[in-house]
Amino acid sequence: MKKIFLALIGLAVAASLVVTAVRRTDAGPKPIEALRQTYRAKAKPSVDHGLFTQLKGPFARPQQVTAACISCHNGRHTEVMASSHWNWERIEYVEGKGIRAIGKKNVLNNFCIGVAGSQQSCDKCHAGYGWADSSFDFKDPLNVDCLACHDNGGTYAKKIGGAGMPADGLDLALVAQKVGRPQRTNCGTCHAFGGGGNNVKHGDLDMAQFDTTRDVDVHLGTDGADMSCVDCHTAEKHQMLGKAYSLSSMNRNRVACERCHGAVPHEDELLNQHGYKVSCQTCHIPEYAKVNATKMRWDWSTAGKLKDGKPYEEEDGQGNHAYMSIKGTFTWAKNVRPEYVWFNGTASHHLLGEKFDPGKPLVLNTLYGQYDEPDAKIVPVKVHRAKQIYDTKNLTLIQPKLFSAAPGDGGYWGDFDWKAAAAAGMKEVGLPFSGSYGFAETEMNWPLNHMVAPKGKSVTCEECHVREGGRLASVGGFYMPGRDRSRLLDGLGTLLLLGSFAGVVVHGGARFWFWRRRQGGK
Amino acid sequence: MSREYIYPAFGRFWHWAQSFLILFLALTGFEIHGSLRFFGYEQAVRFHNFAAWSFLVLIAFAIFWHFTTDEWRQYVPTWENLKAQAEYYLFGIFQDAPHPTQKSRQRKLNPLQKIVYAGLKLFVLPLVWISGLLYMFYRYPQRYDVLALDVTALQPIAFAHTLGAFALLCFLVAHLYLTTTGHTLTSNLKAMVTGWEEMHGDETHSAAEPALAPAEDAAAQPAGPAR
Repeated sequence: MKKIFLALIGLAVAASLVVTAVRRTDAGPKPIEALRQTYRAKAKPSVDHGLFTQLKGPFARPQQVTAACISCHNGRHTEVMASSHWNWERIEYVEGKGIRAIGKKNVLNNFCIGVAGSQQSCDKCHAGYGWADSSFDFKDPLNVDCLACHDNGGTYAKKIGGAGMPADGLDLALVAQKVGRPQRTNCGTCHAFGGGGNNVKHGDLDMAQFDTTRDVDVHLGTDGADMSCVDCHTAEKHQMLGKAYSLSSMNRNRVACERCHGAVPHEDELLNQHGYKVSCQTCHIPEYAKVNATKMRWDWSTAGKLKDGKPYEEEDGQGNHAYMSIKGTFTWAKNVRPEYVWFNGTASHHLLGEKFDPGKPLVLNTLYGQYDEPDAKIVPVKVHRAKQIYDTKNLTLIQPKLFSAAPGDGGYWGDFDWKAAAAAGMKEVGLPFSGSYGFAETEMNWPLNHMVAPKGKSVTCEECHVREGGRLASVGGFYMPGRDRSRLLDGLGTLLLLGSFAGVVVHGGARFWFWRRRQGGK
Repeated sequence: MSREYIYPAFGRFWHWAQSFLILFLALTGFEIHGSLRFFGYEQAVRFHNFAAWSFLVLIAFAIFWHFTTDEWRQYVPTWENLKAQAEYYLFGIFQDAPHPTQKSRQRKLNPLQKIVYAGLKLFVLPLVWISGLLYMFYRYPQRYDVLALDVTALQPIAFAHTLGAFALLCFLVAHLYLTTTGHTLTSNLKAMVTGWEEMHGDETHSAAEPALAPAEDAAAQPAGPAR
């Protein structure tokens, strides 16, 4: 009896050990709390630009403002002019293609396709004044637009179809007197509206983030860290940290969560170990387009339908454009679960003039990576699928001219003639157009980095470690517990186990039968 | 009829702790494997890892115990009486024939048990805990440059671990059933709880009664503390 008692005590000790191990106590402030405090404290500008005589104005032309800026901040314009915000291209090494100057200037996407021939409209988002066509002087410092990024008064805007010039009727002196560190709206005006509308392109960059809650975005939420874009996208000499893989191809200059949060941010070592192969974003961005919908599919082939000779628009149930004569048919989605891929930080791009096989979807930016590469991690992506115009004889994608300044200039949005638009656009980029065109399926991958969810809303273990239908169901090249198994082993094991039970039933049944017979015999 | 002290205290503690740990590890393990849902994946992993460490500690103590008490000799397989034991389970048991092997402190296992338990201790359990340790310490390719642990895939580790788990489960089913083959349905179970086994006269007169263990072996055994 004493032995049983001792055994029970042993079990009790073991059980209490289990409980102690599972329960965790917090000791001291966590690093995350320190981070919150750092970023909640807002820096006050050291000077009041409103008091500078140089900025009294009046300014008849925006270039005069730039001159005034440079008169104090001398040399800063050269930094801007060395940045991709100005050049819309940079030197990148593209695997298999060599060193190329690529950027918004010359890489096609599957939204509004490309800027060539439409600079008048697209270059509204250029950090400069007057890039209307290929004659723009990238060497003239006075064309640098300081205000687009540094206006803190919220009154600055660029003109639609104005090649980057300010909107009409602005008091440029007032704008210039209220400059400062870039705010969310400065960046978002372009980066949230890429592709021709709010949240169209990225899906995780929405004007809703200008003023949002931490439920939507823990970093930008005004009830959370209330950070601004440039807190993470820091700049050294106007070279911003961070890049979009729609245009970039090298593993450099990336903003990493680890910069603030460290490589081992969890208390639980098992979660930290996930970080070897799973990006932070995979678990912490469970969904994107949380406030407004984002464009998931764009079918250019239906564009051009007119009513009474005029272009028109139709809306879907949620107030998003479902059809536009100038652009075609769209599919939108809200609260979207990302797709997941292996990614080592390098990407390839389909470059202008390259031939492709229209028989299968053309991936415009291939993300490289697989499990056994040291730098590869699983990342969440938005995949945007489209049908876009290509040359059916030359088997190349077509850069059409979309924006139309005057009827008959070939701009599709004025003339609705694909052949003329293709001819004008391809002439602009210096490539041949055979005269026959069709529409090809294309895909683009947009790695997701924003709209990070609060801790409690992260992806749970079961969402990936599940036999079927998990988030990582299609991510291959490795064995994941809970998802993967050997069917053969599981089958044989189950059979063996059932066999053991069957043996017990047969043997036990026989014993019982003989026992009954003996009982009866007595 | 007499009582004999067969299972000493630590042996019983080890047996029961191990049995509960194996059951718990099977439950949490097959949840991690994706076969069932009970605790939720996260808790299942946490519990499984903790139980695994507990099991390893227990195994360390058990190995020490087996060698310091010479208990390990009980598991050395033998041909002696093996056929009789097999015939008993296949035929004799149905006719209420006497057990061919008499239990004693020096011989707690019959020849079939010796083979099965030796296999369990030498092959199945090591398979499970070695693969389990590799599973826990598996590092993704090329991380930390620990080349000794640079297994290129988790797949073979998981395969071995699952194989061991199935083997243990099958053993468990048969083992539980065979506890009912004592003098009464529950006499073996009682003995494993209290340590004392009821000795029956009919058995002592069994024709197949083997010779008692050599005297020096008996001397090597400590006299259980409660005797």
